[in-house]
Amino acid sequence: MADMKSSEAFVEFERVQKSYDGENLVVKDLNLIMPKGEFLTMLGPSGSGKTTCLMMLAGFETATHGDIRLDGTSINNIPPHKRGIGMVFQNYALFPHMTVAENLAFPLEVRKMGKSEREQKVKRALDMVQMGEFGGRRPAQLSGGQQQRIALARALVFEAELVLMDEPLGALDKQLREHMQFEIKRIADDLGITVVYVTHDQTEALTMSDRVAVFDDGRIQQLAPPDKLYEEPENSFVAQFIGENNTLEGVVKEIKGDTALVRLDDGELIDCKPINVTQPGERTRVSIRPERVEYNKERLHEDAHTLKAEVLEFIYMGDIFRTRLRVAGNEDFVIKTRNAPDQVRLRPGTQIEIGWLPEDCRALDA
Amino acid sequence: MSDQTTSGPVLAADGTPLKRSLARALRMQKLRALALIAPLLLFVLITFIAPIADMLFRSVENQIVQDTLPQTVEALADWDPSASEVPDEEVFRALAADLKVAVKAKTHTRLGTRLNYEMTGASSLFRKSGRRVKKMDPEGDASLKEAFIGIDKKWGEPEIWNTILTYSPKYTNGYFLNAVDMQKGPDGPEARPENQQIYMILFGRTLFMSLVITGSCILLGYPVAWILANLPTRTANLLMILVLLPFWTSLLVRTSAWKVMLQQQGVINDVLVWLGLVGDDARLVMINNQFGTIVAMTHILLPFMILPMYSVMQTIQPTYLRAAKSLGATNWTAFWRVYFPQSVPGIGAGSILVFILSIGYYITPEIVGGNTGTFISNRIAYHISSSLNWGLAAALGAILLAVVLLLYYAYDKIVGIDNVKLGG
Repeated sequence: MADMKSSEAFVEFERVQKSYDGENLVVKDLNLIMPKGEFLTMLGPSGSGKTTCLMMLAGFETATHGDIRLDGTSINNIPPHKRGIGMVFQNYALFPHMTVAENLAFPLEVRKMGKSEREQKVKRALDMVQMGEFGGRRPAQLSGGQQQRIALARALVFEAELVLMDEPLGALDKQLREHMQFEIKRIADDLGITVVYVTHDQTEALTMSDRVAVFDDGRIQQLAPPDKLYEEPENSFVAQFIGENNTLEGVVKEIKGDTALVRLDDGELIDCKPINVTQPGERTRVSIRPERVEYNKERLHEDAHTLKAEVLEFIYMGDIFRTRLRVAGNEDFVIKTRNAPDQVRLRPGTQIEIGWLPEDCRALDA
Repeated sequence: MSDQTTSGPVLAADGTPLKRSLARALRMQKLRALALIAPLLLFVLITFIAPIADMLFRSVENQIVQDTLPQTVEALADWDPSASEVPDEEVFRALAADLKVAVKAKTHTRLGTRLNYEMTGASSLFRKSGRRVKKMDPEGDASLKEAFIGIDKKWGEPEIWNTILTYSPKYTNGYFLNAVDMQKGPDGPEARPENQQIYMILFGRTLFMSLVITGSCILLGYPVAWILANLPTRTANLLMILVLLPFWTSLLVRTSAWKVMLQQQGVINDVLVWLGLVGDDARLVMINNQFGTIVAMTHILLPFMILPMYSVMQTIQPTYLRAAKSLGATNWTAFWRVYFPQSVPGIGAGSILVFILSIGYYITPEIVGGNTGTFISNRIAYHISSSLNWGLAAALGAILLAVVLLLYYAYDKIVGIDNVKLGG
């Protein structure tokens, strides 16, 4: 990200701060550069400042400090209706007193477009979201998923190059949500539009985005492509927030190149990859993904470091087994194993030994 | 709706038709619902619906003439009113016989009062005749016609007989004709002389002023409701108290306060004179006329406009405006095309409330209305409590009710009653 040149930037936040009450900063020093055509997701718990960022970009909130640029020009003082940014709202915000077609024609009408051209564009937009036959209906007569499609079509019909989406799938059930994720991604790719997508659902963020910005406490904690975010979290917040994660607490004993030796609180020693620990004596949280933990000794590296563990609970989940262990005093240590024919089903009370590759075990900030 | 393809009714498990089974299952529920509303229903029926029905019935009821003068009415059947002659002796004998009975029952004065509505002087005529009819002998030979004319020469003129004949049927449309400035003439209904016409003017004025009041309430109330709906709840509730404050003050006090404000030596005139905008000798007349009534009633009815508008606006999410703006609409377009149409149900509900309340308003026009600012309801009250012409009051009330229902119907046709929301 740092190597991206400002000239390629389509959307740019520079040192943006936002405060509502003059005492607390909701957004603290936000810097973000997005190239054209990127699908970027702002992910974070509620109150992390992600929606505020979106609203500042849309023009509904003004930045207390800093500069927001769109295609090179500062938009701080441009009112929302002149920004030409499409937006999909959490509850769709389809105008209930207009039909679907009238909803879609609205942005074209306020742009004083001719009637025939308008109808043509509305039709094309409806076809794009496979809702061609619903032009005459009222929003209230549509299901949640259909309303979602119309809201999307309305944000795209006036050919905005940047589309903002504020938790657009939050109100849909799981199956429909997954379907719409692919749909939105497909349309965004087809049209080559730039999308800023806000969600608190990490699966959504991982499956749809080119890059994900993880927000917490008014700052971007990590900005990275989904795979990097999951496999190489840069701090313990990101590790905890994205996916399931096991943490063990301890103190760094020594650091040698790209290996750190950590003494866990119960005295055991393990090898880790140092991420943001620099000196011996620092407290650290060690993070291991549940699916990277191995208890079958044959599959472990010969020199792999092992720990003793006691099985507390075994949960059958169909495609995977989820086993809860007590490891180094932590009773919430979870491992996940694929449901393969030769896989052992661990019984509660069994004593086992677990291990992992040092590079899968990341020593993060405490 | 049913996608049933087999013929015949659907049967429940025990073989009875499903509909009957369902009805039986729901009967208990319905009975309970009925029992719950029964006290209120009875209360309304007894204290509200029944008196109104009785009152409305009075607008056509007219049995008093026939009940008091049964023989006279019968004898008059042969009389030809168009000949402009006084009826013959036979009718006078019948009258004497009827009056004797009536005097004993003391009903002749009531008849006099009733006929006095139609013919001035009838009241005193019957009182006078009642006193002296005791000495008459309907069976004797003496000419009773002469005797009656001797009591009062009105008996010798066709007018009183005409009136008695016209109002002899059990039911009459006379009150209604009166209520629309008409009267019963020899050739059916005819317009009253121009100097006696009053009710149509009053109806027209009532409607016009109610519309003006409703309009001013919309203009003044809409921005207030908008502010309330868009403020944080705490502040909105605080301001809501200010809106509701008038409700907690006596109507009489509020109206009297306007009297203090608007009169020629009142606060507003004093301020205007002090500012030099108005000369001391040319103080504005703002009370005891239409202006005063409109100002005072707009103030009094404003909460009824603001409350429904507020509760409807509260349900309009602010994201609609944001969405409109993100789609390229200016603030005004976003308001006019997106917000306003959604707030129309609130305006509709408020307008119906205010209009119907104001069309029947009484106290305020009575106090600040003077001559030009009074409503039809003031006239109704006058007939109920002063002139005691309840039949006419009932007819006026019935017309008022009909007008309201008609407007309600028209509103339903044009705007749609489904579009009226009091919130939610």
